[in-house]
Amino acid sequence: MKKLVVVGNGMAGIACVEQILRHSPKFEITIFGDETHVNYNRILLSSVLAGEKASDDIVLNGLDWYQQNGIDLRLGVRITGVDSQAKTVTGDDGSVTPFDKLLLATGSNPLIPSIEEVKKEGVFVFRNLDDTRALLERCRPGIKAVVIGGGLLGLEAARGLQVQGCEVTVVHLMETLMERQLDPTGGGYLAAKMNQMGITVLLGLSTTAILGNGKVEGVQFKGGGGIPADLVVIAAGIRPNVGLGHEAGLEVKRGIVVNDYMETSHPDIFAVGECVQHNGVCYGLVAPLIEQGKVLAATITGNKGPKYQGSVQAAKLKIMGVDVFSAGEIGDKLDGSEVIRYEDPALGIYRKLTLKGGKLAGVILVGDTADSHRYMDWLRTGKDLVPLRRQLLFPTPTEDAGIDVAQMADSETVCGCMGVTKGTIIQAIHESGVNTLAQLKECTRASTGCGSCTGLCQSLLKAVVPEFEEEVKRTICKCIPVAEDQLREILRSQQLKSVQEVLEIYGNGIGCEICKPALSYMLDMLWCGDHDEDRSARFINDRVHANIQKDGTFSVVPRIRGGVTSPDELRRIADVADKYRVPMVKITGSQRIDLLGVKKSDLPKIWADLGMPSGQAYTKGVRMVKTCVGTEFCRFGVQDSTSAGIEMERRFENLFTPHKVKMGAVGCPRNCAEATVKDIGLIGQEGSWQVVVGGAAGKKVRKADLLITVETTEEALAAAALFFQYYRESANYLERTYDFVERIGIEKVRKETVYAQDAAKQGLLERLRKSKERSSDAWLERDSPRHPTQFVQIKPLEEIFV
Amino acid sequence: MKETKAESKRWTRIALCDDIPPREGRAVKVGNREIAIVNLGDRFLAIDNRCPHKGGPLADGIVSGTTVVCPLHAWKISLETGEGVNSASASSCIETLRTRVEHGVIFLELADNYRKGQEDGMQELPVLCVETGGTATAAESRPAT
Repeated sequence: MKKLVVVGNGMAGIACVEQILRHSPKFEITIFGDETHVNYNRILLSSVLAGEKASDDIVLNGLDWYQQNGIDLRLGVRITGVDSQAKTVTGDDGSVTPFDKLLLATGSNPLIPSIEEVKKEGVFVFRNLDDTRALLERCRPGIKAVVIGGGLLGLEAARGLQVQGCEVTVVHLMETLMERQLDPTGGGYLAAKMNQMGITVLLGLSTTAILGNGKVEGVQFKGGGGIPADLVVIAAGIRPNVGLGHEAGLEVKRGIVVNDYMETSHPDIFAVGECVQHNGVCYGLVAPLIEQGKVLAATITGNKGPKYQGSVQAAKLKIMGVDVFSAGEIGDKLDGSEVIRYEDPALGIYRKLTLKGGKLAGVILVGDTADSHRYMDWLRTGKDLVPLRRQLLFPTPTEDAGIDVAQMADSETVCGCMGVTKGTIIQAIHESGVNTLAQLKECTRASTGCGSCTGLCQSLLKAVVPEFEEEVKRTICKCIPVAEDQLREILRSQQLKSVQEVLEIYGNGIGCEICKPALSYMLDMLWCGDHDEDRSARFINDRVHANIQKDGTFSVVPRIRGGVTSPDELRRIADVADKYRVPMVKITGSQRIDLLGVKKSDLPKIWADLGMPSGQAYTKGVRMVKTCVGTEFCRFGVQDSTSAGIEMERRFENLFTPHKVKMGAVGCPRNCAEATVKDIGLIGQEGSWQVVVGGAAGKKVRKADLLITVETTEEALAAAALFFQYYRESANYLERTYDFVERIGIEKVRKETVYAQDAAKQGLLERLRKSKERSSDAWLERDSPRHPTQFVQIKPLEEIFV
Repeated sequence: MKETKAESKRWTRIALCDDIPPREGRAVKVGNREIAIVNLGDRFLAIDNRCPHKGGPLADGIVSGTTVVCPLHAWKISLETGEGVNSASASSCIETLRTRVEHGVIFLELADNYRKGQEDGMQELPVLCVETGGTATAAESRPAT
């Protein structure tokens, strides 16, 4: 078998290798990567910086992929020399590796403008995962960050830093942001958006020096002036990494020169990606690199034929809430070209189409990029737009997404990043038996780039695969058209803390009885209680901490932990019932006592007289732990379930949850307190505890799943805590644990809780601790009400005669 | 929307604006009726504090735009017209009252002699929900029949 050596373990190189693997003959493949990571999605580094994704989330090819394909992967080795005569490469580890074919996919290096004293502590580039991690380590809330460069990468870095709490200024050399993709008007709209988000944009400024003694303190501009900075990120562009091309004696201009077959000037050396120059153009965006890879794979495997004929350059800014798309020609001065514009300054929407000879030559979209794939298709196919003149800016609305998909031509691109057409997807579905989105990603790579085509891929699957079940993106209600799990991420990354704010930015500005309580919960959970609590967004039960009854009165259930009470407490309950003429006193199914028929205005007085904390029987929160008497009194008890249950109730009480949480603890498998049908149950057995989750005995009956078996009570409580917080963070609002566990699958629940990595577990417990620390007994509002009229009925200011 | 005769009405000082937080309502006892006064942020609207469905206390509902959602069974009632706005409540209607704000005081337009309300076509309503804090006014509020 011939030896193929690949230098560069990035997106372009690996995408090409993936294509090579589809051809024959086969190669013995060795890949060198100077980074220590497997191939990851570089486009999403800004999402990692913004905390929207973890570094694991952006991995494209895991170690198992390399193994399965028999690839010898050498990470952390930089190739320093190429001998094109002897056909060997030399690594900085001293290794010499022979090759039959060599593929250079060395990408590009950050361009460092000539700035004085650039090598200082606190000056970063933003190019790879290590840079991102270093930045994340360095940035702190409140520090001043300056990003040099107002292109795609610079702006995304700026937003990421801002999300991390930095005060961010973008300094751009040109008068227009993203001037390679936008015209001055579009740049203006973008700058306004960035300003609105709280990022300062300085245009037309050349940075001449980094100030500070060893450590960055500021930046200085040409012509005097400057600003303070604790951190500087240089994102001024990239330069093809062509060193090895020179070494190998290849023809190199700005990049390594390749022809339409992706051949260099040496018959056995090939190059792909950002390091190459084709027809005078170097590409820095992912889609063209994927197209190149396909052609190269054919050529290198002896199946020469397909030609690379250049790509339409398209760029999409990946900042949540700042939609920018640009493709093709952007300037105004094309000969004989027509420009069509639409602007809505209030909404921040700008669209500009450039037409030439009845065909689309360029497009700029700011503020709304929903139509980008349509324009992209027009650009690629050179569609005759004369008959469509009236629908250029806004298409005639189609009835539903299905029709839209059906209308697409097979040659139309669905995934712009990976260059996957509708035809390819249909073929994959029919020939490879693809019927889920995950399989589609695996098989075609569609939707693995920026992810903006996921909806389109799903519509296609839905249209073509009869048994396709859409991964249901549950929205809370019509007021906010964002999937609930996505919304959680948005609120986190956009640092939103009040319901009204969320509704105004992402919703209809009004809200309803469904989304307001859901958002209230989400914000309380996300910010561990440190949000802007808005009682108007809460259901009445959570405004007055009691359960409203059919006649408008309320019920009062004090906390009786583990169902264990005392004569003294019982006497006080009896006295209260007498004093306030409580119409009904009832033992609940949860080993507690319910006082029913209480007037709102009596609530604070009753709580004070009871002197007991709220049992949260009125809210989506921690209800109670039902216990049996365990080893304390029972002849059969093998664990002290009473103490364990009381302790569990103490640890979780006063917290809100997506839906109510009822728990149980039993001292032996006889299960007297019915722990197997509780949201969380502890089941004592000889020498150990079973922790079970997702049980139900309500509308639905479900036996709880085993989470883990542990020896000590403390371990059992810790396992319960991990699940409890995981449920709080991941479940949809109003989703009981039994639906949640069934939806996620107990295996995944285990993997993400008790069998998660230590850091993840610590994270869950730490956030739970924070939330708990900020929580308190709601009934204490009897002494300090949130509002003077919280519990009172208003008396008219003037007497009303009747 | 039911209208009572204009000549029999007068403006009554009812509550302070500060008594009612934004996007919340409060119940006020006026004679034998309970009125829900709702703070929409830019204005105050008043409506009978009885859901047309099962008499639920609308003052305790969640405000959604210019509607309030009854806490008992989620009927959605327009604060401007008193009409039900979702399908379940579409055919029902309750009375709205005019309001006015001056120097931080909310005024309500009430019948001059409140008992006249019944002659104007209102039914006597069972007393619902919370009573006032003091017991004295509760006794006063019983209608003389």
